[in-house]
Amino acid sequence: MSEYVLELKGITKAFPGVRALDQVQFQLKKGEIHALMGENGAGKSTFIKIITGVHLPDEGELYLNGERTEIKSPKDAQKLGIAAIYQHVTCFPDLSVTENIFMGHEKISRRAKRILWNDMHAEAKRLLQELGSNLDPRTKMGALSVAQQQIVEIAKALSMQARIIIMDEPTAALTTRESEELYKITEKLRDQGAAIIFISHRFEDMYRLASKVTVFRDSRYIGTWGVNDIANEDLIVAMVGREITQLFPKRQGEPGEELLRVEGLGKTGYFADISFSLKRGEILGLTGLVGAGRTEVCQAIFGITDYDKGRIFLRGEEIHIKHPWQAMESGIGYLPEDRQKQGLVLDWGIGRNITLSALDQLSSRGWVDEQKEAELAKSLAEKVQVKAQSIFDLASSLSGGNQQKVVVAKLLTAQLDVIILDEPTKGVDVGAKSAIYEMISELAAQGYGIIMVSSEMPEVIGMSDRVIVMREGRVTAALDAATVTQEAILEAAMVSQTIS
Amino acid sequence: MEKRVLLGRRDFSWKSFFLQWEWMLVLIFILVNVINTYLSPYYLNGDSLRDATMTFLDKAFIVLPMVLIIILGDIDISVASIVALSSVVMADLYTRGVPMELAIFICLAVGTLCGYINGLLITKFKELSAVIVTLATMIIYRGIAYIILEDQAAGKFPEWFSYLGWGYVGPVPFIFLVFVLFAILFILLLHKTTFGRRVYAMGSNATASQFSGIKVDRIKIIVFTLAGLMAAVTALFLTSRMGSTRPNIATGYELDVIAMVVLGGISTSGGKGRMIGAILAVFLIGYLRYGLGLVNVPAQMLLIIIGLLLIAAVMIPNLKGRPYKGKKSG
Amino acid sequence: MTGNTLEKTSLGARFARFRELGLLLFILLLSIGVQLRNPSFLTLENINDMVTNTAILSILAVGMMLVIVTRGIDLSIGATLALSGMIAALTVSAYPDVHPLWAILLGTLVGLLCGSIIGLLVSKSGILPIIATLGMMNVFRGATFMVSGGKWVSAHQMPASFKAIATGSILGINTLIFIAIIIYALFYYFITYTRTGRQIYAVGSNPDSARISGINNDKILWLVYTIMGGLSGLAGVLWVAKFASAQGDTAVGYELSVIAACVLGGVSIAGGSGKISGIILGSILLGMLNNALPLINVSPFWQMGIQGLIILIAVVINALVKRGVDRNNLMRRRI
Repeated sequence: MSEYVLELKGITKAFPGVRALDQVQFQLKKGEIHALMGENGAGKSTFIKIITGVHLPDEGELYLNGERTEIKSPKDAQKLGIAAIYQHVTCFPDLSVTENIFMGHEKISRRAKRILWNDMHAEAKRLLQELGSNLDPRTKMGALSVAQQQIVEIAKALSMQARIIIMDEPTAALTTRESEELYKITEKLRDQGAAIIFISHRFEDMYRLASKVTVFRDSRYIGTWGVNDIANEDLIVAMVGREITQLFPKRQGEPGEELLRVEGLGKTGYFADISFSLKRGEILGLTGLVGAGRTEVCQAIFGITDYDKGRIFLRGEEIHIKHPWQAMESGIGYLPEDRQKQGLVLDWGIGRNITLSALDQLSSRGWVDEQKEAELAKSLAEKVQVKAQSIFDLASSLSGGNQQKVVVAKLLTAQLDVIILDEPTKGVDVGAKSAIYEMISELAAQGYGIIMVSSEMPEVIGMSDRVIVMREGRVTAALDAATVTQEAILEAAMVSQTIS
Repeated sequence: MEKRVLLGRRDFSWKSFFLQWEWMLVLIFILVNVINTYLSPYYLNGDSLRDATMTFLDKAFIVLPMVLIIILGDIDISVASIVALSSVVMADLYTRGVPMELAIFICLAVGTLCGYINGLLITKFKELSAVIVTLATMIIYRGIAYIILEDQAAGKFPEWFSYLGWGYVGPVPFIFLVFVLFAILFILLLHKTTFGRRVYAMGSNATASQFSGIKVDRIKIIVFTLAGLMAAVTALFLTSRMGSTRPNIATGYELDVIAMVVLGGISTSGGKGRMIGAILAVFLIGYLRYGLGLVNVPAQMLLIIIGLLLIAAVMIPNLKGRPYKGKKSG
Repeated sequence: MTGNTLEKTSLGARFARFRELGLLLFILLLSIGVQLRNPSFLTLENINDMVTNTAILSILAVGMMLVIVTRGIDLSIGATLALSGMIAALTVSAYPDVHPLWAILLGTLVGLLCGSIIGLLVSKSGILPIIATLGMMNVFRGATFMVSGGKWVSAHQMPASFKAIATGSILGINTLIFIAIIIYALFYYFITYTRTGRQIYAVGSNPDSARISGINNDKILWLVYTIMGGLSGLAGVLWVAKFASAQGDTAVGYELSVIAACVLGGVSIAGGSGKISGIILGSILLGMLNNALPLINVSPFWQMGIQGLIILIAVVINALVKRGVDRNNLMRRRI
């Protein structure tokens, strides 16, 4: 019997055009909570999918309790007692809680293969109670909150007698109180002998729960440490690959007049009482945990979703924006969080992507001037330094960082005053990151007012003039860049306060 | 950092020029004609070919906007009912004494309105797919046609009205000229204007299009309204050729039209394909039908062939990863 | 993290809970209204006639519900129905001594075959259901004309035993209604108590999760279209027996009534949800409308328009209810 319940050696997995995992190793002991950390795109998700049988590795070996095992399908993984609770809850919203728990291993009568609903409801109730929840197992899954859905997913893992439980950013969409509940449940599972892989971007998750931490970076294994044996800074270095403080460009110049003012903005179920202002030439950092409502606020300002309370003033005049095109016409631009789904037409060339928002200025009476279009696309692509051969290279062929540059170039085609950047460096490699930081500070110097949404603490502190912190849909702090510290932000982002 | 220079022009390559789905269509088109000529000695006759062209061109007017709809990733199965409704309204008004000119105008207006209602419903209720919305309006529009005419036929149009469907300008059929005119307009609209570019963008990535400041709802409404208008144009020519109309006129046209568009290389998942492909497909299916008719293949067999053709056309790109890739729009 | 926070509920959410009750109420009101205008509506004879007419519709609605639950649609059922009905009719007119049960079996088999072809197209080659069924609709319709040579099979060509399928009774219940009840019982059991049945809902609710849960999505898709085909085949025989005639254009456009019955019964076009009780009520309401309109002197030519309007209103109400439920869920999220 090996001391590890799960051990992986030399795991390599390639997808067309990308090497998602390169000679990765991992060891998990019984009764251990093991944090797996790394930036977006470091290969964590692929790694999980290999353990759960969604993907097959190209190379490498997997041992369960010291025995060489191959997991060929999710079903195999289930049988071997491996369960995963994914980042985005993968449930069946139209089905009941009970069914979600027992999907794939329903209780059936021996001869008639009849589903035994009463047994299943009772068992579901018991499992949920064990997790401290008094949910009715007959409720439809879709009617539950994300936190409740996660409890159900955990109940599902329990019902399968999973011995290895993988939690992929389970706290991402939870409030602090809900996270605390989840911590307790996770510890309970560990005490019952389950081994847990806990993936999270939040350091506090790791410190609160894990005993070991493993870091992946750029599809590779970097190292494993005891949580108390490694300093915060060293862990960050392991994750990003170099000291981050030097990344941020120096900026000069005072902010100008007020561009944008938001007063008491609210949207039922998403955010409430959001007020702030933005000056010309200023970078306003908007931070908080994922799910705090930052993106929703930005999208409401940009007209993608509605808001039901509050007012927005642009250059001193009140505006009512209902559609993105209205926002862009009045001078507000938005760089979306998910550039592949929201920012780019992936099977188009770089050039056409850049000019997509600028077709009116590149045409007369509706006819596209392709000559003029190519010139503009070329000059902007060169300005933001996209690494490509020609403006006809497909957007899908670019790396994350270069794709982001294309989306930025697209913003530059419009006559804007305010630019909202939603996680501008998410999933971008370090080199491209510094290029994007350069670009952002140059934009500020040119007089744009910039709102930068970001979860990365150093980035927020390094780039912003002022920082606004949100928690559970409300602004919990407005801090000045000169005095702001990571601790102050973290406290505002995580601790319950009674600031309006 | 050194200044990076990007190419602003694309090299012309003969290889990629010929590796297009449209050439495949041209090839099949030639093949169909060769086989037809071989099968029937009457096939290759200028006059009869010209007459045959006139018989299948009526529905081709709907093919043009249907290309836009399918590029958007949507579908409109109500077009045949719009043809029926606008035709019936026109005939009914005329028999009630409305001048023909005004009746024609109202016919076009009714078609446009029907299309506009489709577009409005689809954009207002985004959780409903275009399939279900146009399925409902398909029944409603034809239902109204039945309410107006019951099971009667209406007709007895003025002499000059038959010119639309039967007339010639010199040696060229009038309907052919009008079709060429509309085809050119739609080709330009799709491939040369900001509107067409935005249609492609929405079909490839609707969310990114909305985030890029495209007035997505307006474009969708315009596209569906265009389909309504062109269905009314079809109604004009079809009614003219038939000489009278009934509420069950143009039954099954939506299927023919969708088959032509799909065969033309326009992907049902949206964003890909070109107008010229669908236009080629119109002639391909038209002559195929005509040729098979000459050798006495029964009409029911044609029904089967069209159905199979539709499925084959969608399956080719699905099974083989689209070997003859339509030229990318980007 | 407690589940019981039901302070406020939006209108839509409340409606969702009482949909079936509402439908029932509507049916009652409608019958009272029609009865006041025409006393012959609620006579035993007319009710029997109405329910018999509804039987075929409701049998098809079961299959259509399963298809729609998987986010699909089947426009070919009218044609499948005609083809199987025609083949069965041709068989009994050629061999009058064949037991009618064999005719039913034959028709069902033809339907199963048609359905499984569509199932293959949808599941294996990934063609959109609307395109696949639109194409096969033509093929089956054309085939119907081909096998019959364009001719009708009329009442006098059919043996009495065959026509008795529709007029006879089992245990005092009309055979058609009896068959419909059996089918409802079978399918209620199937979708409630078997794993395969539940997997249909899982695939429709979230195809990706279904795959991760080890469900064979392709198999499920194939299955629902095959079931739909089989039920259409059965319905084809019943139809031909009931109307005592098989034609090339039997049941043209009937798929639309079936879809209407489903959306009326609250089957969500977005997939994942739909109840047997709902489609029974939907079918009854639709069958009643078709029966009642002539009785209150509405021209039969209004039927199509009214039916279309009902579909539209039903799907729009479904959409609004969904919005209400979502808003309700948001309202429960306190900030």
